[in-house]
Amino acid sequence: METVRELASKKAAVIFTKSSCCMCHSIKALFYELGASPAVHELDQDANGREIERALRSLGCNPAVPAVFIGGQFVGSAKDVISLHLDGSLKQMLINAKAIWF
Amino acid sequence: MADASPRTDTSTDADTEDKNLRFQNNQLQATVASDGSDKSRDQKTLRRLAQNREAARKSRLRKKAYVQQLESSRMKLTQLEQELQRARQQGIFISSSGDQSQSVGGNGALAFDVEYARWLEEHNRRINELRGAVNSHAGDGELRIIVEGIVAHYDDIFRIKGDAAKADVFHILSGMWKTPAERCFLWLGGFRSSELLKLLINQLEPLTEQQLLAINNLQQSSQQAEDALSQGMEALQQSLAETLAGSLGPSSSSGNVANYMGQMAMAMGKLGTLEGFIRQADNLRQQTLQQMHRILTTRQSARALLAISDYFSRLRALSSLWLARPRE
Repeated sequence: METVRELASKKAAVIFTKSSCCMCHSIKALFYELGASPAVHELDQDANGREIERALRSLGCNPAVPAVFIGGQFVGSAKDVISLHLDGSLKQMLINAKAIWF
Repeated sequence: MADASPRTDTSTDADTEDKNLRFQNNQLQATVASDGSDKSRDQKTLRRLAQNREAARKSRLRKKAYVQQLESSRMKLTQLEQELQRARQQGIFISSSGDQSQSVGGNGALAFDVEYARWLEEHNRRINELRGAVNSHAGDGELRIIVEGIVAHYDDIFRIKGDAAKADVFHILSGMWKTPAERCFLWLGGFRSSELLKLLINQLEPLTEQQLLAINNLQQSSQQAEDALSQGMEALQQSLAETLAGSLGPSSSSGNVANYMGQMAMAMGKLGTLEGFIRQADNLRQQTLQQMHRILTTRQSARALLAISDYFSRLRALSSLWLARPRE
């Protein structure tokens, strides 16, 4: 969990993914479209991958990836991100965290 | 021209009929040319001619009715053949005598089709109720109850689709549970919210500045989300293709067999993620509808729901016309 918190606070937008996960690809694409440059951590390429995955699950993220953090706060999985994007909250969060400017 | 004698069917052929009439006319002229003592014969001839005309007319009407019946039977036959085709595709065994049917592995698909048909029927009933309320200038309170009911009812179909996608994701993806014209616009197992909003923007006036901005943002956001999901699907396709192509090459070596199995297992895993995409696509549709409802007033929501329903009704009507079109 410490690893997760630490990684999550290093950049305004952080996404935990797996290289084989295509939904992660979708969420990354959405962030790029919004002009954000999220830090991407691929769990299957990370030595602590298993541990991080467990921590993400314990946060309630199911499936564990993609897991999105903005401004160090856990935002959620794909479903949450899409819902927040539709009501305009996602953009606002990104602006507040200075991940994007408009 | 009342008379008691039985009418006879002189002919069903127009030509023969014409010849008959001409012949009879000539007879009549010949009769008239002779002297007045033939008046009773004139009367009989006139009556006979009238009877012939009447019989010919009735015969033409019967023929028309028969042909119309044939046409509608033909349409029905075409529809039945298509239903049969669809059912066969879903793995339902239908014996040639047609008195037995057991489902073989296509159970999930058929069950969903039935549930969807039922949901659609209920949806249309609610829409008609809403239309009646709008046309009779019902108050906001009454409208709100009906509108909220319809929005909640949409939740039902998304839940049903979710279950069906777990059972048979390819059936949902195929869109075979929708009519042909609807399938033109199929995106990840359903409609595109962004397109729907584009259609609605013109129907919804008058909107406040705030509402217009909000609806435009919603349309843009749903389009961005759709594009993101589409990209994920493309990545999935590519990944699947690479996985399967990876097992091609020089055959017959135990290493390759193990490779093949491994790659099949990986490909199976990838197919498993399809359900997740359908779920997110449906979630996108559901959230867009709810967000739209939040932005609009009750009356505007009512108009929006009616417009959406009418649009899909037209697509379905187009499908019916298409399926019934005359073919050489």
